[in-house]
Amino acid sequence: MIFFDIAVRNLKRHKVRSVLAAVGIIIGVIAIASLGIVGNSLSVLMGGLVSDVSDTVLVTPHLAASSGDPFDPRNTLAARISERNLGLIEKAAGQHRAIPMILASERLQVRDVGGYVTVYAMPADDIPFLLENEAGIYPQGRSSGVMVGSLLADELDLHPGSRIEVGGESVRVTGIAAERGMGIDINPDYALIVTEDWYTERHGDQDYSRVVVKVSDLSEIEGVKAAIDQQINRRKEVVDVLDSREILEIYYETSDAINIFLLGIGAVSLLVASVSILNVMIISVTERTGEIGLMRSIGARRREVLVMFLYESLILGIAGSLVGGIVSIAVGYYVSASVAEFFTDFAMSGGAGIPVSVVIGYVAFAMAFGTATSIVAGFYPAWKAAQLNPIEALRYE
Amino acid sequence: MPVISFEHVSKVYPLPAGDVVALDAVDIAIEAGEFILVMGPSGSGKSTLLNIMGSLDVPTSGEVTIAGNRISGMDDDDLTLLRRDHIGFVFQQFNLIPLLSVVENVEYPLILKARQNGSRERAEEVLEAVGIAETHFSHKPGELSGGQQQRVAIARALANDPDFLLCDEPTGNLDSKTGTAIMDLLDRMNREEGKTVVMVTHDPRMTDYADRTIRLVDGRVA
Ligand SMILES: Nc1ncnc2c1ncn2[C@@H]1O[C@H](COP(=O)(O)OP(=O)(O)OP(=O)(O)O)[C@@H](O)[C@H]1O
Ligand SMILES: [Mg+2]
Repeated sequence: MIFFDIAVRNLKRHKVRSVLAAVGIIIGVIAIASLGIVGNSLSVLMGGLVSDVSDTVLVTPHLAASSGDPFDPRNTLAARISERNLGLIEKAAGQHRAIPMILASERLQVRDVGGYVTVYAMPADDIPFLLENEAGIYPQGRSSGVMVGSLLADELDLHPGSRIEVGGESVRVTGIAAERGMGIDINPDYALIVTEDWYTERHGDQDYSRVVVKVSDLSEIEGVKAAIDQQINRRKEVVDVLDSREILEIYYETSDAINIFLLGIGAVSLLVASVSILNVMIISVTERTGEIGLMRSIGARRREVLVMFLYESLILGIAGSLVGGIVSIAVGYYVSASVAEFFTDFAMSGGAGIPVSVVIGYVAFAMAFGTATSIVAGFYPAWKAAQLNPIEALRYE
Repeated sequence: MPVISFEHVSKVYPLPAGDVVALDAVDIAIEAGEFILVMGPSGSGKSTLLNIMGSLDVPTSGEVTIAGNRISGMDDDDLTLLRRDHIGFVFQQFNLIPLLSVVENVEYPLILKARQNGSRERAEEVLEAVGIAETHFSHKPGELSGGQQQRVAIARALANDPDFLLCDEPTGNLDSKTGTAIMDLLDRMNREEGKTVVMVTHDPRMTDYADRTIRLVDGRVA
């Protein structure tokens, strides 16, 4: 079709201009696709984090400023759950097991490697209930040593019987906790697990940082929550009680917000790209006013002029979207692989790769969006071209 | 039956400073096969007349019939098709498309009409008829001389085998020798191909070629 030929030729004649306009689309498509993929990676990861804790009710001290999000750093502020309230929680939990714990941070020194690690202190007989033992034995009573999270053990090459320095005191590693992944109750893989007795002997009696209630029958979660609320929060909000479903919701709300934000950035970049296409097309129409007049005088209908200019922006859009799509598949894979790898190393038990179909989906969406954007941007100049008066256009120099 | 007929045709441009009457109640009848010159001072309405003859423009009042079609009441697409199928334009500025090769420029109206490629042969035939050597077919218009460009433009005007050629100062941008060659070409198309030619010019020597001359003064036929 000659209109297509002419469009191609005109784009070729102004190579730099055309390439720059297409680059705008390329960037926009990459932005939308890769931000979409990143957002999706985060959702996938978050989903993985919380899917395995559906049996958990988490009781945390209520802070006026607290958002209710268990990952909110403000939750580690001084507020605690008292021994008395623990009693009430246990009473409310009934036959379900309530595990109180203290979260602290201690200096760890192994040979020449030093740093701070999270320490979970909980009653000795609750440890086996919450954690699997990969090697050695669970810590017992007050004199015995500590348990080490599996990834921390790997990194520092620790085994049952190794000696480490905790808070300046040399202690023995009794066992290694099996890798468990990140959870809303505890994240032991990079932590030390000690008995409550061990901890209070060194730091004195302390109130608890959180209480984890394991509900054996999921249908009872609501009841347990309500009972705890009843027992403790009657006069004023003392604790926040969350179950994993609510926590999932918080996660999804957060990740939705992130996704929308990321896609928004992508959309803005495509908007910018569409302005550059609009600009290029307006220049093209202005430059070729005489040619448009000639076309009209030898029998090109308005619609045909419109089509010719639409082809130009369509070609820019498709070329830009294709290149952008290919680049974003590469970028998307790299990003999702490295995000997954990062989290796998750090906290995840399994791989968190993103399904190919999701990557393709986002890329296809971005490409369609890029192409559509350029058609929309090209429409106004093309329409202007079609509406030109042939006589005036012919006279235009 | 005239191929072009104007009955009381007026063209008025309403401007803020007052109406400009470009054509004032013009009556013209042009028979098939005639070679007609349109002459007159600058601003007398020659181009306006030619544009209306070519259905590029419509009159403010009066009746125009082109190749048997009354143009009053025709919409933009109808007028465009009328141009495509019956009229060939030749302009002072040649108005070739710089992006397309010589032969593609001539092919353009053929493709517009046939709505498909593959009219190369016809384009080449017309180019040969106007005296463009085959070696120039694939050149870009900018690589040709003015006279050659005007020949290509005439070939383009002839491509769809129109009933008549409308030429607005086709020799205006050419030296007199080249201009004479173009006139000879138009004359040959008129005599041999039977094309009706209507041509605007300022050059009184051109009257030798013409069957008759329409003189315009202030939009009226003098
Ligand atoms: N689009 C327009 N708007 C307003 N006035 C116009 C327009 N086109 C032509 N005119 C006026 O109409 C009159 C006739 O113009 P036209 O172009 O037909 O003259 P012409 O005889 O071709 O002149 P020239 O020999 O200089 O080409 C002039 O007064 C011109 O100013
Ligand atoms: Mg004129």
